[in-house]
Amino acid sequence: MSGIGVISKRELLAYFSTPLAYVFIVIFLALSGSLTFFMGSFFDRGQADLNSFFSFHPWLYLFLIPAVAMRLWAEERKTGTIELLLTLPIADWQVVVGKFLAAWLFIAISLVLTFPLWITVNWLGQPDNGVILASYIGSFIMAGGYLAIGSCLSALTKNQVIAFILSAVVCFLFLMSGVEIVQAFFQPWAPNYILDAVNSLSFLTHFNGIIRGVIDFRDVVYFASIIGVFLYVNAIIINLKKGS
Amino acid sequence: MANNITISLDGLTKRFDSFTAVNNISFSLGKGEVLGFLGPNGAGKSTTMKMLTGYLPITQGRASICGYDVVSSPLSAQERIGYLPEGAPLYGDMSSIEFLRFVAEVRGFRGAERNQKVENAVSKLELGSVINKPIETLSKGFKRRVGFAQAILHDPDVLILDEPTDGLDPNQKHQVRSLIMEMAPDKAIVISTHLLEEVSAVCSRAIIISNGNLVFDGTPKDFAKLGPLDEAFRELTSEKSIKKRSNKKRSIKTRPKKENR
Repeated sequence: MSGIGVISKRELLAYFSTPLAYVFIVIFLALSGSLTFFMGSFFDRGQADLNSFFSFHPWLYLFLIPAVAMRLWAEERKTGTIELLLTLPIADWQVVVGKFLAAWLFIAISLVLTFPLWITVNWLGQPDNGVILASYIGSFIMAGGYLAIGSCLSALTKNQVIAFILSAVVCFLFLMSGVEIVQAFFQPWAPNYILDAVNSLSFLTHFNGIIRGVIDFRDVVYFASIIGVFLYVNAIIINLKKGS
Repeated sequence: MANNITISLDGLTKRFDSFTAVNNISFSLGKGEVLGFLGPNGAGKSTTMKMLTGYLPITQGRASICGYDVVSSPLSAQERIGYLPEGAPLYGDMSSIEFLRFVAEVRGFRGAERNQKVENAVSKLELGSVINKPIETLSKGFKRRVGFAQAILHDPDVLILDEPTDGLDPNQKHQVRSLIMEMAPDKAIVISTHLLEEVSAVCSRAIIISNGNLVFDGTPKDFAKLGPLDEAFRELTSEKSIKKRSNKKRSIKTRPKKENR
């Protein structure tokens, strides 16, 4: 267990040793804030909740999280430090989990820094803070799903830009499978179980359940399995790519 | 040497698809021996080292470090190895001290013990003046020394150094070599190199591989007997000579010392 902690600590410090971390946090805060107020018409809705804040998260994460995840393995492979890391007496899966947790913690820090919105809405009215808390947790878990995909695909290449684009594309597919247009495409011809399968694969479907204030066990299981499966594949890819 | 074998390779083979990078290499190495691992570029030196350190999977054969099989108990083997990969890759964004502390922590040292280990390595390699600078700003010689410090930090029984002096100036080369000699008595050390004079300078034993095959195993003196180093090397690693020898069953494999082919 302690090995994972050591890896996470190094990885998290590496984020803050480059401007990337600060740029990410500023962009995340600026975008999530302005989307809430302008696109989400926070004031016009006249409701004391943070729905207009959270409903943009799946779209924000679509390109922000691949940006966080892209360096996890691609950089390691490019500089050759992966050889150093994997010949230290620590199991590969511990390195995979350690790196993932560091990036996840970094997202958690960014999410926590959106607290002024929460203060604002509490100052303006009496929101249901239980729903807000559930939404924060849901958003955090969903971020884990995006991140696992990003980390996995980052191991495929030495090039961070390619890693970014690949994971943005795959995340996009996971996101879009729940959108009405895509559903409408399948509706006329596909049997119901395919329709359901496509729909239930989507981040959107599961996240929308959570921001209504209900943390459904099935939604949590869904994101947990996404994280588990992609980290498992991540470890496999690293093993396969060692020779090249 | 036979009583304290620390590195042992038995029929080690690595194939990438149809290409055989390392072909059926066997040798063992005891404490106090410094093995010069020679061969032209692409001969399979690095691949062999990567299999020994548990980085690359082994296609065929076995390898063990201090009795621990590198495949079935990789972590126990890795705990006993200090490894300097080719080109000494390091985390450029960390300072030397941060980096060495990180490696010490991954190796399971905490608190005072960790600081003690790092301090030892730092003083051995005279890194004191650059300890707080980001690694990416250091000169090549210092980078190599940081890589070295990382490898000897936990005082391992086995040191595997992939081209430790490559790209260093003569002074730095000398420094690295004297460091290796200093550590030699109580460790088994494998150095890969394509510098022939390095072998006579630091090694107690030389192994030459070419196209993945072991073509010479003996002391540097035996090697010198074959004629001028350059010519002997070219002769041993030329295509013709390999073919001839594979017909005759690898005959030039002398045991170090004793048998004098």
